[in-house]
Amino acid sequence: MSEKVNPVGGERVGVYICHCGSNIAKVVDVAGVAEWAGKLPQVEVARDYKFMCSSLGQDLIEEDIKERGLTKVVVASCSPHMHEKTFRTACERGGLNPFMFEMANIREHDSWTTDDEAAATLKAKALTSAAVERVVHHQPLEPLPVEINPNTLVVGGGIAGISAALELANAGHHVYIVEREPSIGGHMAQLDKTFPTLDCSACILTPKMVDVGQHPNITLLTWSEVEKLDGYLGNFTVSVRKKARYVNEEHCTGCGICIEKCPFKVVDEVFEAGLGERKVIYRPFPQAVPKYPVIDKENCVYFLRGKCKACQKFCPTEPNSIDFEQEDQMLTFQVGNVILATGYDLFDVKRIPQYGYGKLANVFTSLEFERMVNAAGPTEGKIMLRDMETSPKSVAIVHCVGSRDENYHKYCSKICCMYSLKFAHLIHERLPDAEVYNCYIDMRTPGKGYEEFYNRLLKEGTHFIRGKVADVTNAARIPEEEGKLIVQVEDTLIGRQRRIPVDMVILSPAMEAKLDSKEVSQLFKMGCDFDGFFVERHPKLDPVATMTEGIFIAGACQGPKDVPDSVSQGAAAAARVAGLINLGTVMMEPIRASINQDLCSGCKICNNMCPYNAIIFHEDRKVSEVLTALCQGCGTCVAACPSGVISGAHFTNEQLFSQIEGILWDVRPVKELVAV
Amino acid sequence: MSSKPKLAMYWGAACGGCEISVLNIHEHILKVDEIFDVAFFPCIADFKVHHVESYPDGYIDVCLWNGAIRNSENEEMAHLLRKKSKVLVAYGSCAYEGCIPALSNLTSKEATFKTVYHDNPSLDNPEGIIPLTKVEVAEGVLTLPEFYHTVKSLDQVVDVDYYLPGCPPEPPQIWAVLQVVVAGLLEGAPLPPAGSIVGVTNKAVCEECERVKSEKCIERFYRPYQIVPDPEQCLLEQGLICMGLATNGGCGALCPKVGMGCRGCYGPLPGVEDQGAKMLSAVASVIAAGEPGMEEAELEKKIQAVVDTIADPVGTFYRFSMAHSMLRRAKVSGSNGKGEA
Repeated sequence: MSEKVNPVGGERVGVYICHCGSNIAKVVDVAGVAEWAGKLPQVEVARDYKFMCSSLGQDLIEEDIKERGLTKVVVASCSPHMHEKTFRTACERGGLNPFMFEMANIREHDSWTTDDEAAATLKAKALTSAAVERVVHHQPLEPLPVEINPNTLVVGGGIAGISAALELANAGHHVYIVEREPSIGGHMAQLDKTFPTLDCSACILTPKMVDVGQHPNITLLTWSEVEKLDGYLGNFTVSVRKKARYVNEEHCTGCGICIEKCPFKVVDEVFEAGLGERKVIYRPFPQAVPKYPVIDKENCVYFLRGKCKACQKFCPTEPNSIDFEQEDQMLTFQVGNVILATGYDLFDVKRIPQYGYGKLANVFTSLEFERMVNAAGPTEGKIMLRDMETSPKSVAIVHCVGSRDENYHKYCSKICCMYSLKFAHLIHERLPDAEVYNCYIDMRTPGKGYEEFYNRLLKEGTHFIRGKVADVTNAARIPEEEGKLIVQVEDTLIGRQRRIPVDMVILSPAMEAKLDSKEVSQLFKMGCDFDGFFVERHPKLDPVATMTEGIFIAGACQGPKDVPDSVSQGAAAAARVAGLINLGTVMMEPIRASINQDLCSGCKICNNMCPYNAIIFHEDRKVSEVLTALCQGCGTCVAACPSGVISGAHFTNEQLFSQIEGILWDVRPVKELVAV
Repeated sequence: MSSKPKLAMYWGAACGGCEISVLNIHEHILKVDEIFDVAFFPCIADFKVHHVESYPDGYIDVCLWNGAIRNSENEEMAHLLRKKSKVLVAYGSCAYEGCIPALSNLTSKEATFKTVYHDNPSLDNPEGIIPLTKVEVAEGVLTLPEFYHTVKSLDQVVDVDYYLPGCPPEPPQIWAVLQVVVAGLLEGAPLPPAGSIVGVTNKAVCEECERVKSEKCIERFYRPYQIVPDPEQCLLEQGLICMGLATNGGCGALCPKVGMGCRGCYGPLPGVEDQGAKMLSAVASVIAAGEPGMEEAELEKKIQAVVDTIADPVGTFYRFSMAHSMLRRAKVSGSNGKGEA
């Protein structure tokens, strides 16, 4: 600890160097940094302390502000993501404006990156010096009150979106659900059983779907897509395209006669995963919510050739519910918050040609198999080969198709081991004489009742082969392999290559981000990672919020997830939104841009680049202005303004350049560097 | 000598245009002659350095220094005139921020000599002679000032009281500034605070430009000879680099008015540290390339293609401000012998 009496320049900065237990102190000489910082001209007092975030640590700040008249505070500790708010509040309790604080990150940016004590201590000094140089230029800022519209938009009607919507609606708040497909239900509606309890998926899902459909607080917009989102936390304006169903929802009773009478069938690539057919006017599945069918315009003979109209002819309602003239509708409404629950896609197994999907008839995807074992599916639950007649006598299930693979996705898709085990169980149940082989890399069954389910399968007689499948082929080498699919795999437990002849192969593909997740993230102005999954505010402590205020995420759009995790996330996101709604008004960070109205020349560089449409142009005065409430403080316009008349509060030139100079405290002045 | 205020004007690395610009204030020059005694002005009167050296310190009331600091003679004279002058004005873009001479900071002294004394097509120098600071000849030793690697602005060498930007400054602004200074000297009127940039509006040139401005979306850039610009529309929107939006006003937007993009000679606006970087940042912000959802690598290619249509970016964006910019110069020790940017 070091203290001194007369700091120069009128500013009295308090500097606190945190040990973070041993996280920082084991590499950085924290006492040395504090002593050094105490000698900086602007610094009134510098201390080091075990845990600055503890109440005792915060008390230090509070007391020094009161007793030593600190005007500014610097804490060198962890990332501002963790504790900026903690220390700002401590400053406030001491009587300072919370923005008179600056944080130096000497943990993530320093002690965690190296074991070199000298280098780490030097860097800690540089970061602390930067914070001190910056903080003396800080100005007091006042937070901006924003009113929260109590309505919420939920994008995606899978199980995550359904749970989020029901939580909010049951709490008395209005929810708009926008679903791209004709029905809500998502992937869960396609499944037969859910692991590990083997509940009938539809049986537990459809009551929730019905609740959504009938809930007075829910406006359900299926066969619809969000086209535009404007505004900011509490005040978003949503534009939705409600695609033409060609069925009038006001009159249709959902009797299904039109579907029955429609003379044309097509392969159902979506719900039946290409394994079954559907009519051209269709409901994806019998329990679909809403009940109204939709005409597949691409394949409808009336739309193609102008003749047929069978559906219209047989529609019993008065007036007739079939409306070939229907057009897409654009709807606009206001919401305060958005929950994105847009789900996932399955990895396209054709990308791994050596597994033979598409060339070898009896190689199936997991989703095809789900539909096959589903009593409501195309085979009414019978497990059959592609000829739809023969039952397989042996089945191989290939784990990690596209997951944990350098060439495709490095991550583990989390659910595949469990559903592959579920498949094995279902095969044993339906075809007791069939041999089942599960080829896995590692068996990953962390979850309540999951390991027990694995043990159950071990007893049911499944053959577990630990090894990544190299190849699936029909090229027989010995008579026993004739007419079979041969799975070539290294059995790493016995250290030998094996060729396993089977009748059927099921590929368990990776869960991946939706194909258009990047566009969706741009539409909602939040981030997605390299894999396309949406990025949460904090991976551990804030998993359903995003870096954009008012936009939350739930379910597999954030990363591979099973049903219970998706449900929890949906509920968690709803709780976050409900909290904001109950507050009614929230205080937003005052870090915003503003344009000096006297100096703007009206060059119009900035006007079309604001991602939040917060910049308006005054034709009469020929100057631009930032609407403070819309501004999110991203700084795009500040950087772009060629005249330097847009400034970002808390990120002024003076603050940033001082910070840079502070970082370079031990470097020779620039004048000496300029060669003569 | 009379008791009239003393005026000096001297040149460093300059083209001579600044001297001409003083004469270009037309009949006001008579007023200048009436008010001032000329104490040193090599362009128009035969003064020698020893005359200046003989003056007491602070003898010259106003010294208009034009030109950058390129060699040891410039630097010596800057120190001498600083000592002998009450008010030292960095007159014109070279003195203010380095201007065209400072573009040679992108290369080294050796490379500059090579270009000028070896590779110049209009040159006849079979022995490859380059200037030396000292040469012994039959008659004795001849000396020349030392040519520096780095061109500096006047204020990088001595303290400067006022800056009058422009290449050269515009006559109305020159006269306005002279009037303020004269009022200060003769009538004791308050002078602008030291360090002020005078003769500017402190608003971008766009303010003075009457072209119609819209939101900008630029798909490619043109050099002035490549297109005939629309007479009404903002030049930048037409793909002609116009530095007006990053440049202090005061010139009356003369260049954009006649269809030539602003070169940027009046320097950055107040609060802007680096005019070139600011302009680059603005231009980068309005480049229109690619489609939404395009792969990053492909998008980068599309953007690069647009950027490639800007000829000589550093010479364009830092045409006048290199010495004063955050870039300052390229590394002298660059491996290509020219210095690395």
